[in-house]
Amino acid sequence: MRYLPLTPGERQQMLAAIGARSIDDLFVDVPEAARLKDPVDLPRFMGEMQVERELGALAAKNMTASSVPFFVGAGAYKHHVPASVDHIIQRSEFLTSYTPYQPEIAQGTLQYLFEFQTQVAAITGMDVANASMYDGSTGTGEAVLMAARITKRHKAVLSGRLHPHYADVVRTVCGHAGANLAVEIGGVHPTAPEDLAARIDSDTSCVVVQNPDCFGNLADLRALADAAHAKGALLIVVVTEAVSLGLVTSPGAMGADIVVAEGQSIGVGLQFGGPYVGLFATREKYMRQMPGRLCGQTVDGQGRRGFVLTLSTREQHIRREKATSNICTNSGLMCLAFTIHMTLLGEHGFQRLAQLNHEAACDLADALAEVPGVEVLTRSYFNEFTVKLPKPAAAVVSALVKKGVLGGVPASRLYPGDKDVENLLIVAATEVNTDACRAAFAAALTEVLS
Amino acid sequence: MSMNNQGRPTHATQGGSEQILTFTGHRALVQEEDLIFDRGRSGKWGVDLPVPKGRANRLGGTARKGEIGLPDLSEPETVRHFVRLSQKNYSIDTGLFPLGSCTMKHNPRLNEKMARLPGFGDIHPLQPQETVQGAWELIDRLAHWLKTLTGMPAVAMSPKAGAHGELCGLMAIKAALQARGEKQRTRILVPESAHGTNPATAALIGYTVDTVPATDRGRVDLAALKAKLGPDVAAVMVTNPNTCGLFEDEVREIADAIHGAGGFFYCDGANYNAIVGRVRPGDLGVDAMHINLHKTFSTPHGGGGPGAGPVVFSQALAPFVPLPYVVADGDGFRNVEHSGEAGDGETPFGRLTAFHGQMGMFTRAMSYMMSHGSDGLRQVAEDAVLNANYVLAQLKDVMSAPFGDTGPCMHEALFDDEFLKGTGVTTLDFAKALIDEGYHPMTVYFPLVVHGAMLVEPTETESKETLDRFIYAMRSLALEAKAGNKEGKTDRFSGAPYLSPRSRLDETAAARKPVLKWTPPAAAQAAE
Amino acid sequence: MTVYFTDQHEWVSVDGDIATVGITTHAAEQLGDVVFVELPAIGKVVAARKEAAVVESVKAASDVYTPVSGEVVEANDAVAGEPAKVNEDPEGAGWFFKVKLSNHEDLANLMDKAAYDAFVASNG
Repeated sequence: MRYLPLTPGERQQMLAAIGARSIDDLFVDVPEAARLKDPVDLPRFMGEMQVERELGALAAKNMTASSVPFFVGAGAYKHHVPASVDHIIQRSEFLTSYTPYQPEIAQGTLQYLFEFQTQVAAITGMDVANASMYDGSTGTGEAVLMAARITKRHKAVLSGRLHPHYADVVRTVCGHAGANLAVEIGGVHPTAPEDLAARIDSDTSCVVVQNPDCFGNLADLRALADAAHAKGALLIVVVTEAVSLGLVTSPGAMGADIVVAEGQSIGVGLQFGGPYVGLFATREKYMRQMPGRLCGQTVDGQGRRGFVLTLSTREQHIRREKATSNICTNSGLMCLAFTIHMTLLGEHGFQRLAQLNHEAACDLADALAEVPGVEVLTRSYFNEFTVKLPKPAAAVVSALVKKGVLGGVPASRLYPGDKDVENLLIVAATEVNTDACRAAFAAALTEVLS
Repeated sequence: MSMNNQGRPTHATQGGSEQILTFTGHRALVQEEDLIFDRGRSGKWGVDLPVPKGRANRLGGTARKGEIGLPDLSEPETVRHFVRLSQKNYSIDTGLFPLGSCTMKHNPRLNEKMARLPGFGDIHPLQPQETVQGAWELIDRLAHWLKTLTGMPAVAMSPKAGAHGELCGLMAIKAALQARGEKQRTRILVPESAHGTNPATAALIGYTVDTVPATDRGRVDLAALKAKLGPDVAAVMVTNPNTCGLFEDEVREIADAIHGAGGFFYCDGANYNAIVGRVRPGDLGVDAMHINLHKTFSTPHGGGGPGAGPVVFSQALAPFVPLPYVVADGDGFRNVEHSGEAGDGETPFGRLTAFHGQMGMFTRAMSYMMSHGSDGLRQVAEDAVLNANYVLAQLKDVMSAPFGDTGPCMHEALFDDEFLKGTGVTTLDFAKALIDEGYHPMTVYFPLVVHGAMLVEPTETESKETLDRFIYAMRSLALEAKAGNKEGKTDRFSGAPYLSPRSRLDETAAARKPVLKWTPPAAAQAAE
Repeated sequence: MTVYFTDQHEWVSVDGDIATVGITTHAAEQLGDVVFVELPAIGKVVAARKEAAVVESVKAASDVYTPVSGEVVEANDAVAGEPAKVNEDPEGAGWFFKVKLSNHEDLANLMDKAAYDAFVASNG
């Protein structure tokens, strides 16, 4: 077995050195009744070729994003990741290294975390960022708990256009959290203005709003920020498409107190939903209430600049039951992928990428608006918008699959049983789409709707 | 002969042991590397993107103004930057990584290849379910392997890390107690040797933590635990094997006691590598156990993440598995994503993450498990336990192992700083000296139940030869430390590490005046 | 001015109705370099032997209990700004907060310096 270096002879030598007769002697503390005599009922050992064959067969059953015109978004986006990114993250010293608790032999990891934190603070327009959360949705849950700690209040007000998975995570975490947090979620409507400010009162710890929202709407949040602050509540802004930060005013500039973003668009790829990377940033004054790892700059004994994990006393391994969170890992390698891609993009590359995404969406909206029966509902958007179809969108999407097009996410996938959104389709466009893709989508949709 | 004036000296040179100062700060292959932000704006491109058309935007007045503040690097500069950074990291591929409780085993590259098959890596979580049947099948297959190995009837696949799995397990317990109408149960019993995530998770969901002491055999004190039981106890959280590397031999009695008191048994599965394929937690009375795919099942640690922490459940907790989960549907599969779609008897307690879980880690773990098979996985546990006992046997005469003579350890061996008493060398110094010897240190100062703990977990993917060299290094350091402060022998320890890219860093300054991002020099000066 | 000590390693110096509280030299040494201090708000009412402040080093966080009950009337901003002061002069300039005593009886069970030193010696 190629992964197990011990030979039978060596095992015998080692047992002798230990003073045990057989390996069973080392399991003597296991209750007799719990000792398994034989391997469990699962397939036995398989060689590399056979594993490749079997897993390859499973993979082949799936329709890949690159093989068809592709317009699926709603929280995860198909972007082009430069070849260097995946190559570098597979270097042994990145792939198989550990959390940098021994900083003297982990300056590689620590330096890229510091660069990552700087990039995230810059694109979100905030003072400080941490070294990542698991993803945007769990980060949002943590942000709500953090706001409760800071304000000592008990009610979180969530926009009805926050991604439903994110809202469910917040509801689950707050529903079980010790802090007795009530969660109010706004009604679902793809376009009607949502008066969140009216729902803020003296018991509101935070207002959580997504921008662009789940239906693609872009908004200026400055008035909402002022309304929240006037009542002593915090504004949490969620961004599920990180590329939007290259073209849209940053949440920080709009007055956010905490920004949570899904970083998947940059460096990470679709991966069927995970692993992704949660970006988390806040104001300087709330720094010590931030969950997750933090990397800080310092010097070594010879005065050379170096980096270490810092402010660890917030974390579980020291504070235990008084920790700001129970989080232990960050998204390590996905952080690195993000950092590398962002480095390759640079200032004008990131802005240009965002520009291309927006133009792709505008072109797509124009093409779909020409399809009989289709109405584009979203007025202001970045790279995602909602169209209204003359019939339920889920069936239309399945019919589009048969024509070789992955044409967006039916709103009913996210809001099942809600008749008001049954005919709505959420469509994303990115820099990978071509004119041919858009034409194919429009043509297929025309056929399906006729 | 025909003359040839191309000769040059080709013999080895003397010297090289003195440290010379170079002009550049580089030391041959070990390169100093600035931050990307030190490069600033230069107008270079690292990507070649098409030129935008420049059409009017539909951003509704939200277009950003001004610069973001990102530097510009070309592609060759970027690649070189990150490659240089990588060279300052220790890794499993570099050498033995004996971190107790972390299971730093070899990360097979086949796993990477399988995860990158387009059919797994290039699919979107919200594509129509019928277009990704192979993905649901993989998740279902992995779930089947996890349930069969552990002897448990249900599993929650969505938690994104071990700590997230703990949260999942405790939330399921809370939901089960609420369903029984037992809201008064808000106390959790946690051994004093527990990993920090245990009490942190319990506190997060509003439970109070009641600590149970250990016996002098390093196990949970069963009598003390029983004395703490009551009608307000929700659960006990036990790591087995425990954080001292020992199997909790009274685990069945613990299970019976907590069940008898109406509570649940949560098992922290971080040390599952010691018993996989040889013992089923389901046979020990466990109600919920998280499994660290990045520990037992070889998915890479990636410098700190990502992990994955699926949780296996007993029959009592099975109804509460959170959304989403995969079920068989005709001859295919379906993902249940909303409580309205749940079947009879299924009452998910909520949703823990967007989308479906760490698919990238599922494919890697599945590749690993198939490569070993049920027989290979059993061998994994045996070799892991054998390797740890071998290290313990070869070191306990020169180091101090608090439980070294009361029986075998499992997959990790615990030492404390008793052997360093009077030497002036601390556990920290000892660990830093080990860096100079070419090893990442073992886990230090954990568990908290012994003084100056050193927890060594070699894993099964280390050869006997590697272990013998490691043992030699540890013995040499231990004997050196004990030789005491004669002729500066402890200098090796007090200033270590001397040979790494950085020496000991000022963590005090980092915490007193945190600098968490790069700032432009002009701004930094203005701030002073 | 009399100085008392607690078995939780705080010292309290009493001047009339005002008690000044800090951590002992022994506690500061055990903690290592202090990196952060969280002080109670002015006006906060505190109870004897309950948490009133937090002191952090790089690797540890410790609750600081108040030996006396009363109302917090002053917090040492100097220590909040320069945590190193706690290590430099823990029983002087490194004080944490001042309490207006609500119950002089709280002082009855505290130790004097000799008793505290003996306590530390025997308990390690």
